Amino acid sequence: MSDATPEFDDHRTPVAITGLSADDPHLQPAAKNPQTVEGVIATTFVLGLLLMAGFGAAYVVNAKPYILGATMGFGLFFFGVGLVAWGKYLMPRGPFVEERHDLAGSSDERDAFAAAIVERGGGVVKRRKLLAGLLGGGLGVFSLVALFPLLRSLGPLPKGTLFYTDWRKGTYAVDSTGRRVSVGDLAIGSIVTVFPEGTENTDRGQAVDQTVLVRISNENFVTQKGRETWGPKGYLAYSKLCTHLGCPIGLYEQQLQLLVCPCHQSMFNVTNGAIPQFGPAPRPLPQLPLYIDSSGYIRAQDDYDQPVGPGFWERRTA
Amino acid sequence: MSDATIPTNPRARKRAEGRYGKIGKALDELDDRLGVAKGGRTFMDKIFPDHWSFMLGEIALYSFVILLVTGVFLTFYFVPSSAVVIYHGSYLPLDGQRVTQAFESTVNISFKVRGGLLMRQMHHWACDIFVGSLVVHMARVFFTGAFRKPRELNWTVGLTLLILAIANGFLGYSLPDDLVSGTGIRITYSIVLSIPFVGSYLAFWVFGGNFPGTATIPRFFILHVLIVPLIILGLVGAHLFLLVRQKHTQFPGKGKTEKNVVGSPMFPVFIAKTTGFLFIVGGVTALLASFAQINPIWQFGQYQASRISYAVQPDWYMGFLDGALRIFPSWEFTGFGHTWPLEIFIPAVLFPGILFNVAYAWPLIERKFTGDNEMHNLLDRPRDRPKRTAIGASVLALLAMLFIASSTDVIANFFHVSLQTVVWAMRVLVIVSPLIAYPLTYKICLELQGIKRGGKRKTPNVVSRSVEGEYIATPTPAYHADEEHELTAVPLPTFIDEESETPRESGVRTVER
Repeated sequence: MSDATPEFDDHRTPVAITGLSADDPHLQPAAKNPQTVEGVIATTFVLGLLLMAGFGAAYVVNAKPYILGATMGFGLFFFGVGLVAWGKYLMPRGPFVEERHDLAGSSDERDAFAAAIVERGGGVVKRRKLLAGLLGGGLGVFSLVALFPLLRSLGPLPKGTLFYTDWRKGTYAVDSTGRRVSVGDLAIGSIVTVFPEGTENTDRGQAVDQTVLVRISNENFVTQKGRETWGPKGYLAYSKLCTHLGCPIGLYEQQLQLLVCPCHQSMFNVTNGAIPQFGPAPRPLPQLPLYIDSSGYIRAQDDYDQPVGPGFWERRTA
Repeated sequence: MSDATIPTNPRARKRAEGRYGKIGKALDELDDRLGVAKGGRTFMDKIFPDHWSFMLGEIALYSFVILLVTGVFLTFYFVPSSAVVIYHGSYLPLDGQRVTQAFESTVNISFKVRGGLLMRQMHHWACDIFVGSLVVHMARVFFTGAFRKPRELNWTVGLTLLILAIANGFLGYSLPDDLVSGTGIRITYSIVLSIPFVGSYLAFWVFGGNFPGTATIPRFFILHVLIVPLIILGLVGAHLFLLVRQKHTQFPGKGKTEKNVVGSPMFPVFIAKTTGFLFIVGGVTALLASFAQINPIWQFGQYQASRISYAVQPDWYMGFLDGALRIFPSWEFTGFGHTWPLEIFIPAVLFPGILFNVAYAWPLIERKFTGDNEMHNLLDRPRDRPKRTAIGASVLALLAMLFIASSTDVIANFFHVSLQTVVWAMRVLVIVSPLIAYPLTYKICLELQGIKRGGKRKTPNVVSRSVEGEYIATPTPAYHADEEHELTAVPLPTFIDEESETPRESGVRTVER
């Protein structure tokens, strides 16, 4: 570093903050015209103060939320800008320097520390191996046992609840208001969400049993081999739970006869047994076998033949 | 003390108080009891670097402060319960509907509690800013190599803070029990369910039974308002303690070495600037909350497991996971008598698991490759470490593409293209973008390095006037106060060979690194 032009150098070389004389250039404000800057900052403070008072007034008269927010927001903002400007332009401009001290201790200190732990502590443990082993083992067992109430009490075991819904032989299909759906209710191309009767307002009915009923013709409709009787009078029922992540399949593309999941856009073709046509869903929607009773009501032949909704470990491969 | 010892004469009283008056006296008393003088002086003199990029962490800290303040306000009025009530409040479109107390109380905070909507929206905006500033702060630390020895521990603390912030953001926006958040919980439930071996047990224990259950909201509430914030608070304390203990890093520059810190002192300069900055962050949050509506749950309605709406997107920081779930192929595998829902497990559990674990291990990974075990207090310019910069850019490109992929339905709708096209385009982009980003960034870094004196000041001329009135401009060497310290690369560590820049026969200098 040359020392040819010390006059340029005075305030740009970092110095330690201690022991500076009051007229040291590092302690001078950065602003060329501090008076003007002080005026500007004072203005922001006054504005901030007025806005804060406005915030108080707005709160008292219960003004609209955006007026509350605007007065408080601009108030804080002006205070903040003024304060930052004060620090930046009117306070000692520096730059100042601080030395770093080595974090590491001397090798003697390190050795003493390590000795305290390894020799003193290690000696104790080695002399009393039985006690140390018992303590360690005991704490280990206790940690495991403590996990039991911590985890196990949090909820029931899944048991069979993931495998079955509340659809049974003869269960009436009702809409969200609890009204039984009968054969004349749906025009071709329309859909309705149905539940097993009595579950339409329960959590389980809503989350597990929800079924989408779609009518695609007037004749019995066969989606797959072995499902010859499942679609009486063109009524098809599928689980409304997406086989991807369990969102309700809320969209029906009438022209293409696709059920679409609004979450991740899996598409299921209702005419071939809801085989996924596109998207991340891995499996067809389970189909609910239906029949129409003598009074014209739509009822289930049985529960779904497989678990509904997203995949899980215990789900069997069939 | 008897009355007689208190001088009545003001000047004498002042003299009796000592050189620094009442405050000095109070500090003396404090020092007698706590011994604060020595450390306090050092703390007042603590130097903070002036570079703007050090402000990013402050944004995070202050948005966390705003979260705490507005969050305390919200807990006074929020009822964390799934009990069903009939809504009869000031928002008429919902009148008479069956809603949970969680939803009802959130609507009431928005419309009935004075200042409630402002506080709710500030809370939500502050959360988005919090996570955003954490990400940008972390990118700064990554690209400048601030995570290197001795700061590896603080890198892991910071990364944990990011993960906790994302988790708590999710827990928080799940609380109002509206149609969007409920769908988010449903998806999370299915993600937990997808974990091999233990998924169904975990899901039943975390959520207290089969979905939806009534335990979710009370549990999420206590996690969101107490447990996670407490851990965050503790880790913020640890983060700042380590920062003070190890002192700041700094960019190379005039008078800056590995052995010092250059900048402004804690008191009064930094205190003034940073307090002002707290006000600015608070002000901007309040203004966003006033003029940019966020999460209008009364428009979404009460969550019902059989209902859903179009354009279900989570908060932005969950977007990359949602995007990954959208574009991942439907690879459910059945075998060994079990179902392996890999189409969920890989994008939503394995991928973030790998991502965050690599991030945790990054300081070690980098050391493994560079063999660099030295202490670093001076920062790298990103261009001087092209491989690291290119890897970072590559990961950011991947995350950005996954984020965009979380809106495939909206994009398809907006541009009137088929959803299939958008999904396939995103699948390609997610793979291709990182592959392009790496060599591109690497090349740009080398080009930037290659520009000698790029961005530097021109050589100064001294302009003088002769006696005859003639002006002469004489080029002079830069006076040392103008040396371009900030723009010169850090000296390479001794264990890295500096490449020779031998001119080829053509005389064209080729840079091979």
